[in-house]
Amino acid sequence: MDLSHHGYRATKQRARPAPPTGDPVLFEDTSSAALGPSSQGYYASGYNMEGPPNDTQGGPGMNNLFADPMASAAMMYGSSLANRGQEIVNKEIGRFMSVNKLKYFFAVDTRYVLKKLMILMFPYTHQDWDVRYHRDTPLTPRQDVNAPDLYIPTMAFITYILLAGMALGIQKRFSPEVLGLCASTALVWVIIEVLIMLLSLYLLTVHSDLSTFDLIAYSGYKYVGIIFTMTCGLLFGSDGYFVALAWSSFAIMFFIVRSLKMKILTSVSSDSMGMGSSAKPQIRIYITVATAIFQPIIIYWLTSHLVR
Amino acid sequence: MALTLYSLIQSVILCTNAIAVLHEERFLCKLGWAADQGVGGFGDDLGIKAQIHNLVRSVRTVMRVPLILVNSACIVLLLLFG
Repeated sequence: MDLSHHGYRATKQRARPAPPTGDPVLFEDTSSAALGPSSQGYYASGYNMEGPPNDTQGGPGMNNLFADPMASAAMMYGSSLANRGQEIVNKEIGRFMSVNKLKYFFAVDTRYVLKKLMILMFPYTHQDWDVRYHRDTPLTPRQDVNAPDLYIPTMAFITYILLAGMALGIQKRFSPEVLGLCASTALVWVIIEVLIMLLSLYLLTVHSDLSTFDLIAYSGYKYVGIIFTMTCGLLFGSDGYFVALAWSSFAIMFFIVRSLKMKILTSVSSDSMGMGSSAKPQIRIYITVATAIFQPIIIYWLTSHLVR
Repeated sequence: MALTLYSLIQSVILCTNAIAVLHEERFLCKLGWAADQGVGGFGDDLGIKAQIHNLVRSVRTVMRVPLILVNSACIVLLLLFG
């Protein structure tokens, strides 16, 4: 009995790499060709290790799955359904936002991230704040350190949520619901800030080339300051928290004012009949300064309850 | 203050409803913002009042039918789940 089982499993283990290649759509689009055989070899070795412990019912049943034509036909049908579903999802998402535009914001590399983090924490020595263009299209973040990106805000946001969980755990008031609440509060504040910025830019007829993603990026840069403030607060207590709060507030205010000044205050009016800019320069200055002042308020709001 | 995505959606629905129920004859005419009055001048340097007028008018035109659907869904969900 055991010998026949082992023999059966031995033949099935050799045949294991063959069935998954019957439906390539499930396995081929996430890994490169170099990883393919190794993943199938991993499947074979993984199953072989699980084989001996549960050889009563699980073994023959699982072995029959790939040999059964009905099951393999069902798998083919399911994988083609999944592929169609993927195409439909991509098409629907492409209707709301341009995926290419989103890819522009994630085209970063390590050098850019390091330089940007340095600028976010110490923007006072950075000289050249212009976003460079290449024939009317802005350069990707890889080539221009002033270009906004969405990688740093996303990572900083997730790190903030993790740090908030840790801070709550130190204060012994952690629970998974509180973590979700913290995450959604921070997300809602980002959305509110972006909506207020969009509304004020529209109502005051400021024609700038700030898209929604740019605003999300600039609004998300303060999470780097939030992480720095929380880390200092957790390590050095209340004094360290206030010192770091002051430092990151001034740094992020300077950064926002210098970055948005380029985009808002020097934007060209579409009406070129010599009537001047469509919005008075004072309004634009007010918008920039109001955005800058909003940042430390949010930093304080989102971190004070975690560090006390 | 625990802001959740649900409360944000609630506040957006309430604000849109508030814009949609503004009565034209009684209220907007008094302010000179009736829907049938033409807005003089071209271009977009008309100031903030014209921009708000445009925004209110377009919200009322675009969101009238979706608001009916969203409000009905909200009513059903709140009746069922409290």
